[in-house]
Amino acid sequence: MTATMNPNPSRIQVRPATERDGRRDYISIRDYGFWYGQKQALEGISLDIPERQVVAFIGPSGCGKSTLLRNLNRMNDLVDGIRHVGDITIKGRSIYDPGLEVISLRRRVGMVFQKSNPFPKSIYENVVFALRVMGVRDRSILDEACETSLRKAALWDEVKDRLQDSALGLSGGQMQRLCIARAIANRPEILLMDEPCSALDPIATGKIEELIHELKEQFTIVIVTHSMQQAARVSDRTAFFYLGKQIEYDTTEKIFMNPSQAQTEAYISGRFG
Amino acid sequence: MSSPSSDSSTPRGEAWVWFTGLGLIVGLGMVIGLLALVVLNGISVFWAPPVPVVQVDDGRTIIGQLAQRRIRPGSLASDPRYELQFQVGLRELNGNSYLWVDEAKLKGEVFPADILGLERVENGPAFLRPLTLKRADGQEVPVTSPAFSESFQQEVAAAGATREKLVELTRHRIGDVNSEMEAARIALRRAEDRGQADEVAEQRKLIATLEARFADLRTEAQGVAQRGEVAKLLGRDAAGREVTVPLSQIVRGWFPNQLDTWGRVRLFFSRLHEFIFDEPREANTEGGLMPAIFGTLVMTVFMSLLVTPFGVITAIYLREYAQQGPILRIVRISVNNLAGVPSIVFGVFGLGFFVYVLGGSIDQLFFSDQLKYNNNTPVFGTGGLLWCSLTLALMTLPVVIVATEEALAAVPRGMREASLAAGASKWQTIREILLPASAPGILTGVILAMARGAGEVAPLMLVGVVKLAPTLPVDAVAPFLHLDRKFMHLGFHVYDLGFQSPDSDAARPMVFATTLLLIILVVCLNLGAIWVRNRLRARFKGASF
Repeated sequence: MTATMNPNPSRIQVRPATERDGRRDYISIRDYGFWYGQKQALEGISLDIPERQVVAFIGPSGCGKSTLLRNLNRMNDLVDGIRHVGDITIKGRSIYDPGLEVISLRRRVGMVFQKSNPFPKSIYENVVFALRVMGVRDRSILDEACETSLRKAALWDEVKDRLQDSALGLSGGQMQRLCIARAIANRPEILLMDEPCSALDPIATGKIEELIHELKEQFTIVIVTHSMQQAARVSDRTAFFYLGKQIEYDTTEKIFMNPSQAQTEAYISGRFG
Repeated sequence: MSSPSSDSSTPRGEAWVWFTGLGLIVGLGMVIGLLALVVLNGISVFWAPPVPVVQVDDGRTIIGQLAQRRIRPGSLASDPRYELQFQVGLRELNGNSYLWVDEAKLKGEVFPADILGLERVENGPAFLRPLTLKRADGQEVPVTSPAFSESFQQEVAAAGATREKLVELTRHRIGDVNSEMEAARIALRRAEDRGQADEVAEQRKLIATLEARFADLRTEAQGVAQRGEVAKLLGRDAAGREVTVPLSQIVRGWFPNQLDTWGRVRLFFSRLHEFIFDEPREANTEGGLMPAIFGTLVMTVFMSLLVTPFGVITAIYLREYAQQGPILRIVRISVNNLAGVPSIVFGVFGLGFFVYVLGGSIDQLFFSDQLKYNNNTPVFGTGGLLWCSLTLALMTLPVVIVATEEALAAVPRGMREASLAAGASKWQTIREILLPASAPGILTGVILAMARGAGEVAPLMLVGVVKLAPTLPVDAVAPFLHLDRKFMHLGFHVYDLGFQSPDSDAARPMVFATTLLLIILVVCLNLGAIWVRNRLRARFKGASF
């Protein structure tokens, strides 16, 4: 396979991968398999996610990418009849360690959902929600966390004068950025994003992608996306899944310019999926 | 260019809409018909129509207010003959307040201006032709005098004031002395039992003082009562017999054939005011319903306060914590079936468990002195407000549980996930996110529960509602809310008036008026809850989950 085989290379602009300091196996997934009841959703997944990089999960619908993402903070625990084999470790510690509380895991692993889901509370209360449930009562800490998070989420200038207004009055793009601000307010180490832009217009999408670039200075980001362009634009590494299996995982540049698997090549070029 | 058929106003396939609307029409028709019946009959109780003097074929003369007109029993449907019912009053003379007269035998009716209608403290109303008013100062005012009407109303007002003073004296001040005496007697018996000589002497002294105060008050009350007896109204009834009515007996007097429309409206509102704000008289067939309105209100609100937390907590467990499976399904089915259990069964359960077991235990634990030294008179071990509220709370529990479960299930999954992903525990998610978001749905359940509870009668008869309660369940005496007290209830009042009243003719209009009041009360309670719910909903407006 060569780069010339890419049918339409100009369509996808790949941002050159940047290597930064940090553990290469910050999140480590080993021989991971996962079942919903009788149905196997994931099979034999093994990949390492380096610290402070953006990793994109791509693949056709139903390939298991969202399932894997939702297992990183054990959101799938809400579903009845689930089962897994293998292990996922964060900084060497298994997330299934019985001594590790799910709540403390989720405090370290923030999540942004496909549909923006602000609480029917004020903007301020939405942002500081994670801190409140951690028991923070100090008003100055909450105020500071609110401003910092909203600034990081590039929303501060738009809402600073109406922090006490209902979050439900924001536009779709603002709501999604508010959800990002909420997810980073308690300074998690990892940020999971499940198709964060699929319900947004291109301008809002552009803002969120800019945001991801800035956030990766501090957070390790895993993003699930259906948009190849988005994966190419924002991620350092990309994993391609198909029917619950991990087909290929490499640097984004390699995946998009010179994939080693024919299936990856076919998917990226739009021939299936 | 369109073909004629496409102009048809009923598109194909929509022709049966009217059929689906039929159920609604039938239901609405019945509700509106019932409401109209209740409203018309209920309102007309307070209206004072002109009162005729009627000559009958058999030589009788009747002065009375037309009460109803109906087809004579046994007359042919093709040739109906009617009979009229007149309220003639003066029960002590006529034996009955109401008379039936064959319409065909009426010779004629006139409306003389001097007919006087009286509402009396005892023996129901009276219609008579007044002759003379003997005033309290000894002066006699004949009906021909232009000052008669004015001085009559003055005397009625004075008599009313005296009566109120008497009520204040007997009910409140003497009542207070009585309850203090009761407490002192219990304390005395206890002291005697334990051989505390000092205490015995002290309580005896206290009782002696109270007895002296009681005697004083009674003398005072007698003095007040006799003062009211002095003024008298002399008149003649339809048959020409002389009638003497002490003014102290008269609650209200009016000249039904002299009143203009404005006067009738004023009389209407005066009676309405008495109906809502005063206490009942004459075996509940006259007077007001204040204690029943108050009792219904307090009981319903208290029931809602009990059923809401209980139901919400149960629903949270069922929906959020319990392992979903066959056992939970059985529990759900049982809860839903609880809503179909006849209410009298809840009454029996309330009597057996709440009153005898729970109330009995409370008495044993906390009121053993009272039991021992007060002839085993129970405090909580008898029907009361608390047990009524608990019984109805139990009865309406399924409504709240089902509504809360539905409301919790309707909270968007995204909100739940967002909260958990932010590191909130399950309980924090429930408290911070789920409960606020499902509050409107929970309130819908509470509204339904209130509507059912406020109108329920059968179980209440067993666990604490009475025909006439001397005291309200809430008053100025600590602890202000008396959960052990028996109380009056509008629903029971309707039953009591309609089926237990000694004078069913006199009670009939009151049944309608009481029913109307009960319906209005339930509607008001519901409107209040709906207002709260809409305010809560406004907070979630624009949610785009």
